[in-house]
Amino acid sequence: MIEVSEVRKAFNQGRHNEYWALKGISLTIEAKKVTALCGPSGSGKTTLLTIIGCLARPTSGRVRLKERDISGLPERFLTDIRRSTFGFVFQQFNLIKGLSALDNVMLPAYPLGGDWRALRARAESLLDSLGLAHRREARVEWLSGGEQQRVAIARALVNDPEVLIADEPTANLDTALSKEFLAILEALAEQGRTVLLTSHDPLVVEAAVIDSVIDMRDGQIVGIR
Amino acid sequence: MKTWIEKQKALIDFTLASLARRKIKNLGLLLVYTLIVFLLASVMLFTHALRKEAGKVLENSPEVIVQRLVAGRHDLIPPGYLEKIGRIRGVQKKEGRLWGYYYDGVLKANYTFMVPQPDALMAVESGKIAVGATMARMRGLVPGNTISFRSYSGKLFSFEVSSVLPNKSELVSADLVLLSEADFRAFFELPPGYYNDIVLSVANPLEVRNIATKLSTLLPDSRPILREEVLRTYESIFNWREGIVLVLLSGAILAFAIFAWEKASGLSAEEKREIGILKAIGWETGDVIKMKFWEGALVSLAAFLLGYIAAYLHVFRFSSWLFEPVLKGWAVLYPRFELTPEVDGFQVATLFLFTVFPYAVATIVPIWRAAITDPDAVMRG
Amino acid sequence: MLFQPAVIALLLASLVSLAMLLAASPFALELVRHWDIHSGSERQLALERRTYLFSTLLGFVFATQLVSLLLFVFNADKMAVMFVGAMCAVGTLNVNPFGFPALIAQIVVFFLAAAWLVVNHADNRAEDYPLVRVKYILLLAMLPFLLGAFALQLEYFLNLKANVITSCCGSLFSEDNPSLTADAAALPPRQAMALFYGALALAVGSAVAYARKRHGGYLVALFSAAAFVAALAGILSFVSLYIYEHPHHHCPFCILKPEYGYQGYWLYLPLFAATAAGLGVGALQPFARVASLAQIVPETGRRLAWIAAGGFALFALVASFMVWRSNLILLEG
Repeated sequence: MIEVSEVRKAFNQGRHNEYWALKGISLTIEAKKVTALCGPSGSGKTTLLTIIGCLARPTSGRVRLKERDISGLPERFLTDIRRSTFGFVFQQFNLIKGLSALDNVMLPAYPLGGDWRALRARAESLLDSLGLAHRREARVEWLSGGEQQRVAIARALVNDPEVLIADEPTANLDTALSKEFLAILEALAEQGRTVLLTSHDPLVVEAAVIDSVIDMRDGQIVGIR
Repeated sequence: MKTWIEKQKALIDFTLASLARRKIKNLGLLLVYTLIVFLLASVMLFTHALRKEAGKVLENSPEVIVQRLVAGRHDLIPPGYLEKIGRIRGVQKKEGRLWGYYYDGVLKANYTFMVPQPDALMAVESGKIAVGATMARMRGLVPGNTISFRSYSGKLFSFEVSSVLPNKSELVSADLVLLSEADFRAFFELPPGYYNDIVLSVANPLEVRNIATKLSTLLPDSRPILREEVLRTYESIFNWREGIVLVLLSGAILAFAIFAWEKASGLSAEEKREIGILKAIGWETGDVIKMKFWEGALVSLAAFLLGYIAAYLHVFRFSSWLFEPVLKGWAVLYPRFELTPEVDGFQVATLFLFTVFPYAVATIVPIWRAAITDPDAVMRG
Repeated sequence: MLFQPAVIALLLASLVSLAMLLAASPFALELVRHWDIHSGSERQLALERRTYLFSTLLGFVFATQLVSLLLFVFNADKMAVMFVGAMCAVGTLNVNPFGFPALIAQIVVFFLAAAWLVVNHADNRAEDYPLVRVKYILLLAMLPFLLGAFALQLEYFLNLKANVITSCCGSLFSEDNPSLTADAAALPPRQAMALFYGALALAVGSAVAYARKRHGGYLVALFSAAAFVAALAGILSFVSLYIYEHPHHHCPFCILKPEYGYQGYWLYLPLFAATAAGLGVGALQPFARVASLAQIVPETGRRLAWIAAGGFALFALVASFMVWRSNLILLEG
């Protein structure tokens, strides 16, 4: 589904502190599978995630999404692809404080201009399915860590994307909550969603739900399991 | 089209929520913004109302006033001038006028003494006077009281106040004292036949200029003053004064623009993070700009309405107490009068250019800067 | 110079618009020189982001131009009392030779900005932004027009001196005045009507034809411009007469006043919108062959053509209605 070839990414290009986060990555991510990027911090796994997820453009190299070259697209069109294809769950959850759980879930759909009632119904059913029906109207800063993550997952799914991207999903969770997350992951995999995540948590990397693990170090792929 | 409307609705919805979440910061901006609108709107409403008032007064004044000049200065009209004018075609009526200034040591103010026209509604009997409302208030006069003035020759004259002039148009009648012709001539020791000036009524406005030309050939030492010219001069003077005040206030506008610039560019870490999140979850740069546009529009609208309404109340309900002394003139007896409320689309458009325009200019670049936050910034931590 | 709020506001608005575009022009130049859509370099990313600033700026200039255009006409009308012989905006604009040119320059800038925004809109929908260079060269080319409009306005206001005897609308449009506006007004009503309805019919026809068959885009722009001129001539020579119900009051501005129930807005709003849309169709045509725009140009053009056709038709209907409702009789039988 996603093909990455010879992707390189530089930061502070042309300055004395130039830094290459990715040094020629090639890999293929299959549809309806759960793939994990594994490696220490600074290995470039998050940068790769942002490039695959259309959040950033590679400095050189090609990214193909369903046979379509998207590496040279301007931000405007990358955003278009991103909001219909990818849903994101961030390490810090990145919920907007002061808004209710429901409002947070609805946010990604605002620029699409769809029917508001339908959107609200969709967001409510997503929250319900994640066991948060009673927390809909609560402000997100009043929620526990596990609840916040489930709100973040609901937000990632509100535009019904094919691919779910999660960056270090268990970094801020204890073991019990991490297992809960894995259970949600399994349910999503069963629905046939493609999942791509980064992690260096053994609990995640060794879980049965993960189909393949890509090991990274210093901006390069060092092994595929 | 429907999608577009739904999208704007959603953006406005979100904007309202985020404005409410940052009450303190936004209230500060709103307050300063409202104050600027209030100041400028007050100046504009006030001068506009004054202009209208002056126009109304002039509506009833004669079309032509003839003054005599001696050595380039305004002088008394000697006997025989009225007859010399004789019959000019188009002149309906011609009359000599009597008026003068009197300094009152008690109030340290100047009064205008005037003899009403023979056909005027305000006829005053000999020994009686009618006084302006402001003067009546300051001297505590009611009809029936007696008041004495010492004339310039040192003689004391006593008058009975027969009435107080209605304060419909207090701007011109504040310091007015109406008295009979005989009293006037006795008080100022003016011999019979002399007048201050002559007024002519002309029915057809197109004739006024011709009549003026005839007058200056007939009485070479006279100066005809046309009502339309006075009107034009008033218009220029009021516009000019309004312009001056606005230029003086331009410092305030500039300060406001800088303030708005700073508010817009000095985003808190929290706000920056928020925009980063919005971009990461699928908002486009253009969407963020639109959202910020709505924010600016809502704040502007609120400030504009609040400021304008406050200015309206200030000018028409509270008699513009803030800058009355600056704009109205130099008389010691301030008229306290209710201006007729006037709202003018043209003025609102001008005010809009003076307030919303600088705000928009000041915020465009900061908004753009905020909107181009990298969508992957939140992931880089 | 007449020192008053509206004049200051107008000059300020034009000056600031001009200054903003001038300040932005070095960046536009940089865009033209270094644009490379295939590069993933940080410079290219920064350039791409800059394009958002330019579209926002231009949109802002466009909106400002719209407000100032209105204010300019209002202001001219308000100032009439200060000039002997001037009875409405026409008289004030004639106080010195810069009045009408300043007004026309503002209208031109308005339409230019509209055309740029149309091209920008089309370009933003194509994935490879094929027109970036063209767009920013056009933007730089617009600067002299903005400068000219500002200079004319400044000259006009600086040379305003109260008490100059000027012609009011009654005499300006009298038959023996050889100026352009007078020519239009001097058209006999029958010919003026023929020209008016003929040009509008052509504009509507060409726009509908383009919207349906997708060719003749340049014709739409040409006929729209012609219809705009013919429409103004028509307003001068007969529509305004019917509104004022006075056989000699040829004034295109008084119809905006409350005395005439703001009827002018019903005429000018559709007219300006339709002309801008029609010109936009033409502005898109040079790029119809660009591969990535092959779908977008006809699509956007079609939408604009419908707006133009609808606007001109609405304008013709409103004008006809005003004529029909009037008690004035210009044509016998």
